[in-house]
Amino acid sequence: MPAREGTYGLLAEFDTPSDLVRAAQRARQDGWRRMECYTPYPVEEAAEAIGFHRNKVPLITLIGGLMGLAAMFSMESWVSVLAYPLNIGGRPLYSWPAFIIPAYEWTILWAGLSAAFGMLALNGLPALYHPLFNAPNFRNGATTDKFFLCLEALDPKFDLMETVEYLMSMEPVSVVEVDY
Amino acid sequence: MATKDLIPKDSRPGAGIDPATGEYRVLGLGQTFKSVTEKISGIVLTPSTPLGWFAIFGVGGALATVLLTAITWLFLAGVGIWGITQPVAWGFAIINFVWWIGIGHAGTLISAILLLFKQGWRNSINRFAEAMTIFAVVCAGMFPLLHVGRPWLGYWLFPYPNSMNVWPQFRSPLLWDVFAVSTYATISVVFWYIGMVPDFGTLRDRATSPLAKYAYGLISLGWRGSTRHWMRYETASLLLAGLATPLVLSVHTVISFDFAVAVLPGWHTTIFPPYFVAGAIYSGFAMVLTLAIPLRKVYHLENLVTERHIDNMGKVMLATGFIVAYGYGMEVFMAWYSASHWEAFMMWNRMFGPMGWSYWVLITCNLAIPLTTLWSRKLRTNISYMFFISIVVNIGMWFERFVIVVTSLYRDFLPSSWGTYRATRWDYAIYVGTLGLFTALFLLFVRFLPMIPMNEIRMMLPGAKITPKKAAEAAD
Repeated sequence: MPAREGTYGLLAEFDTPSDLVRAAQRARQDGWRRMECYTPYPVEEAAEAIGFHRNKVPLITLIGGLMGLAAMFSMESWVSVLAYPLNIGGRPLYSWPAFIIPAYEWTILWAGLSAAFGMLALNGLPALYHPLFNAPNFRNGATTDKFFLCLEALDPKFDLMETVEYLMSMEPVSVVEVDY
Repeated sequence: MATKDLIPKDSRPGAGIDPATGEYRVLGLGQTFKSVTEKISGIVLTPSTPLGWFAIFGVGGALATVLLTAITWLFLAGVGIWGITQPVAWGFAIINFVWWIGIGHAGTLISAILLLFKQGWRNSINRFAEAMTIFAVVCAGMFPLLHVGRPWLGYWLFPYPNSMNVWPQFRSPLLWDVFAVSTYATISVVFWYIGMVPDFGTLRDRATSPLAKYAYGLISLGWRGSTRHWMRYETASLLLAGLATPLVLSVHTVISFDFAVAVLPGWHTTIFPPYFVAGAIYSGFAMVLTLAIPLRKVYHLENLVTERHIDNMGKVMLATGFIVAYGYGMEVFMAWYSASHWEAFMMWNRMFGPMGWSYWVLITCNLAIPLTTLWSRKLRTNISYMFFISIVVNIGMWFERFVIVVTSLYRDFLPSSWGTYRATRWDYAIYVGTLGLFTALFLLFVRFLPMIPMNEIRMMLPGAKITPKKAAEAAD
């Protein structure tokens, strides 16, 4: 992928989560879609405001868990019935109640790993570089006590001068241009 | 804002009580996003380490060296250096294994079960409780491996295609343990790490030294607090909590199967799973208190870990303590009601035999002292008393495992096979050594990682409340 150049977007800084949520709601109503909020803790209202309602983490977790269950249960059955049959006090080779426990543990193991790594993969993390880190005020506040709204240059409505005006009308603390 | 950040904690008696509810506040008054962040990240990002840290780390490290020595000698000489023999082939190794795993369980309970129950107060204590879980599992996991005698062949426990064409026996609880404990360790580490990623982002952004910036930058995975990321993160956290909850219950259940599946009097009982899980949580909360009380004092975290937390943990201990008491009562009842000669003798021997003293230590430490006094709110919010109780319960729960393992084994069916058990200095060296290792690991955690989850505390602050536009204008 060729190195991108130019403007990534415009970043407006707010002092409170309420200001951010109101700004994000207005931007979405005005037709903005390529936008993102940045907050120091999860703000559900901000996700509502930018129209992000569903994610695929639960589905990935379910699939992972079922795979773990199937993998362990079939391995136990194969080992106990075919690969290495042991006669323990005349108990049946296919003694499935005993197999439930390791299969249960592996369901949880695979589901948990799928949830964690699926979440990271969907988030595109690890990504040690991001254009927002170039913004002078972003790292001062985004992980501490400030709330940011970023309108991205990829949105068809984006126009550097007009969008600066538009963001300023939301009374943010500051609006800065973010370069790639 | 600057002045608001610096409001000191009011030290008058009763100042921490919320007049609206009559309960102690979960967070001290006057906390802001900035003050919380500065307080917690300041502990990690300061170049100066308290002298006491070095002192305790020195002691912990020295004991961990004792552990290393004892393990080295064990590898050279074999498990004969321990006190285990026939009929007590399960000695300190299994007692300590069960004790440590049990301690770990409170961390998962706090981080997972209380999250599902939306107990906001857990946010202040869940991170270091999770750390406690992981270090306890590290200590616990060593014991079965050492106890197998030839730990370098420990990988034989896992099913893998091998030239001997031998596979593990999946009907054995000892193999279930392998999967339960390894899953538990993995999921706990993942849950803990994922929980810390946003806080690593904060540390990366606030660090001044290049090394800290680099290190936290790397482990923060580039976290930038994007809302879409947060929502997936929240979903993943909830799912992990939902998965860790049945996991934590299953782990100690499986461990109790190691005992309950045997036909030995004193072990062969169906009450073991719930009784083990409750005991695990009981001892785990005791250990959380043992760690939390000095931490909040030394690092001045009284505004974040308040009397409310201590009080609530006391209540959980009271509840689980009574489940444990029910377990003890039921064991005695079943010894009589089963009309089994061996069960009745085992119980009599447990209480009044040559090792009967251990049973009464257990009853005193687990029932007599805590369950009579934890009813009092005054005592539950008395910090020194709760520290005392936490130590007492830790001792009591260790003796519970001692009683279960040793007093069931040393006098079984045939008097001709009776024996006794006496731990050797190597048994003690390894046990004390794991305490040192645990202390050393925990201190490293406190020094280098955020011990209170900043992002979760921020969510509970009054500033996090979203006000609709009209209300906001009216407030102006």
